[in-house]
Amino acid sequence: MINLIWLFLMVTGILYAGWQGRIEVVTQGAISAAEGAVGLSFKLIGVMCLWLGVMKIAELAGIIRFFSKILSPLICFLFPSVPKNHPAMGAIIMVLSANMLGLGNAVTPLGIKAMQELQSINKEKEKASDAMCTLLALCTAGFTLVPATIIAIRSAAGSINPTEIVGATLIVSLGATMSVIIADRLCRIYYQIRVRR
Amino acid sequence: MFSLLTEQLSLWVIPIILLLVPIVGYFRRVKVYEAFVEGASEGFHTAIRIMPFLVAMMVAINIFRLSGAMDVWVDGLKPILEFYGVPAELVPLAIMRPLSGTGALGITTEILNTHGPDSMLGRIASTVLGSTDTTFYILTVYFGAIGITKPRYSVFVGLLGDLIGFVGSIYICTKLFN
Repeated sequence: MINLIWLFLMVTGILYAGWQGRIEVVTQGAISAAEGAVGLSFKLIGVMCLWLGVMKIAELAGIIRFFSKILSPLICFLFPSVPKNHPAMGAIIMVLSANMLGLGNAVTPLGIKAMQELQSINKEKEKASDAMCTLLALCTAGFTLVPATIIAIRSAAGSINPTEIVGATLIVSLGATMSVIIADRLCRIYYQIRVRR
Repeated sequence: MFSLLTEQLSLWVIPIILLLVPIVGYFRRVKVYEAFVEGASEGFHTAIRIMPFLVAMMVAINIFRLSGAMDVWVDGLKPILEFYGVPAELVPLAIMRPLSGTGALGITTEILNTHGPDSMLGRIASTVLGSTDTTFYILTVYFGAIGITKPRYSVFVGLLGDLIGFVGSIYICTKLFN
């Protein structure tokens, strides 16, 4: 599916630009995006180092183990393929809490860390495991208690009550998260049946 | 009151984490500085690994946007979505949301400025932005960092989440703010 989407974006974009007689946009766009991607990765290095450093202290201090113990029933339910007491569990809890607290740029480093832990128990290294798909689904559903960015742009636009949408975002993202968990489960079962045949 | 609380909370969360983790670490006899450096040293390598994935995805999305192909899709979808009660102004946001975080933020800011943040459109756009995430960015970065090239059904599930977030925002906002 990802190959088709990528091909679709490229092909429709280039053909349409050609048809509209604006083919030069493609070259410029491709080069500036490629450079932008490198810039973005470089920006990520800093926050990656910062949060992975903090994570390491938290790990050695036993803070992560403490949270994994409390939340392990929930994580075991969501990620049945992850063995109990595996470091992946703590890492998953860290991403999900960072997501919930709306920690912005801390989420990406912690998410990658959790994916790396899941990769260590993945059998086929270039194929996403069930647990990885579930984690990705939870992260893309983006459940946040305090959507700080939106509150900021609302007050910048002169809203009388910038936080009035918090209730709505909570209800919607909770609903979306639950739907995504169900959809993920159904897809997992469907794939298991298909593989067995 | 609630507004002040959430504002303060988002300001304080990161400093508090940065304060508490080293303090707890110190009392648990962790060599805090050394541990930090040890953890941080992984950061560089991981960020570099993401680069090719990010280049591939951002190039395709940028071509799609700049060529005007995206606008064609937006215009094509407008009448269909309007038939189902989706305001036409929100259609670009629906298409942009999973593709580009900064792009979606730009569209939302524009809606807030032209229609007002306290209008129904402004509220819906804010809710959409707050309850969904940039699916393709997350997919590219998370799976890119560990070298996953076959994401299986997760693309579908991620986009489904965005769709539910979009439709849900319209539904909940019209119920809540009327």
